[in-house]
Amino acid sequence: MKKLDRNQMAARVARDIPDGAYVNLGIGLPTLVADHLPKDREIVLHSENGVLGIGPRPAKGMEDEDLINAGKEPVTLLKGGSFFHHADSFGMIRGRHLDYCVLGAFQVSMAGDIANWHTGAPDAIPAVGGAMDLAVGAKNVLVMMEHLTKEGKSKIVERCSYPLTGARCVNRIYTDLAVIDVKADGLHVVDLVEGLSLAELERLTGVPLKRLATAA
Amino acid sequence: MIDKFIASAAEALADVADGATVMIGGFGNAGMPAELIDALIAQGAKKLTVVNNNAGNADAGLAALIGAKRVRKIICSFPRQTDSWHFDKAYRAGELELELVPQGTLAERIRAAGAGIGAFYTPTAFGTRLAESKESRRIGERDYVLEYPIHADYALIKADRADRWGNLTYRMTARNFGPIMAAAAKCTVVQVRETVQLGELDPEAVVTPGIFVQRVVRIAPLRKAA
Repeated sequence: MKKLDRNQMAARVARDIPDGAYVNLGIGLPTLVADHLPKDREIVLHSENGVLGIGPRPAKGMEDEDLINAGKEPVTLLKGGSFFHHADSFGMIRGRHLDYCVLGAFQVSMAGDIANWHTGAPDAIPAVGGAMDLAVGAKNVLVMMEHLTKEGKSKIVERCSYPLTGARCVNRIYTDLAVIDVKADGLHVVDLVEGLSLAELERLTGVPLKRLATAA
Repeated sequence: MIDKFIASAAEALADVADGATVMIGGFGNAGMPAELIDALIAQGAKKLTVVNNNAGNADAGLAALIGAKRVRKIICSFPRQTDSWHFDKAYRAGELELELVPQGTLAERIRAAGAGIGAFYTPTAFGTRLAESKESRRIGERDYVLEYPIHADYALIKADRADRWGNLTYRMTARNFGPIMAAAAKCTVVQVRETVQLGELDPEAVVTPGIFVQRVVRIAPLRKAA
């Protein structure tokens, strides 16, 4: 079995984003998706801090501290881009105007619950940012994460043990092992990495999986 | 005659009282009114409630205000940063109360205050720990959480250009919380890069109309670290 690396995961997510989509990429791993969006598609990237139409990273020395993304990294603006204040930015999110958001996660449950803001540790300093708004607001909530924790435990679980970010909101999960749809009747495997069987994936995941009816 | 220009940041913040609620604009360094925060630290007001998206970075700005033990409570969405050591220390020592609010709810609560809204229902955070003690309601097919506005005594924000009526334009993503905080505070103090004559700002391009602004201080853009 050959696990996908971070760039391969990002490329796999990017493949599913259609021409014309408005998309928010979460901080961390999901930000990588921007580098893999097909060049022949016009996809508009949104960032919570108040920008639509984010372009590539600026060249060294061309950074502008007033032009950043939600991860506080310098970005550029494409022709057609726009700026707006925070309430408008989250109105776009909550008001169901965003076609896709891609979030990282600690855990996703079979019901599509997502936990990505708090490990539940009593001494942890909590921080939530825009994750809860994105989870309830985007038309399609995609999660991108490693399939297993460093200890080998599945991050896809029957029920999240970490505090929730949003309930029943995840549509599709992309991991380094598989792409899985969350549906009312359970988890459907869309595709798997080479050399991994559905039975083995199910064993690793620890929850029931079925093959998506339309998948090859 | 209306003239909202004030000669210095110190003068613009002279009347901030202990216990005041102060909104501070900015997302990271973009739009952070650094010189106004420095002036607030020098002014000495304490037991402040601060509203900001974060809880300060490194040793300057809001982090320095927390480090100087002037903040009693912070209302924000994302306090934890790799360089939020002043907040982390004060929070762990129990010297500072934290009200953690999802970022969109924070923005909408600020907006609601400026727009005269008594409360609103939002789907964000329903079913999570951050909505545990809050009233909720099912409307149509969705569940919503009741949220209340955040009013402030002062808003400290950074804009790009202003005229003496207090009309403002912003620069790129430095706009962030500026327009909504300006409307939510009783006294909005703005630091700008440039002041211009009345009529020089294109009325179609004014983002914050002067009715939301009380004081404007021009801060020369290239500040060398003291």
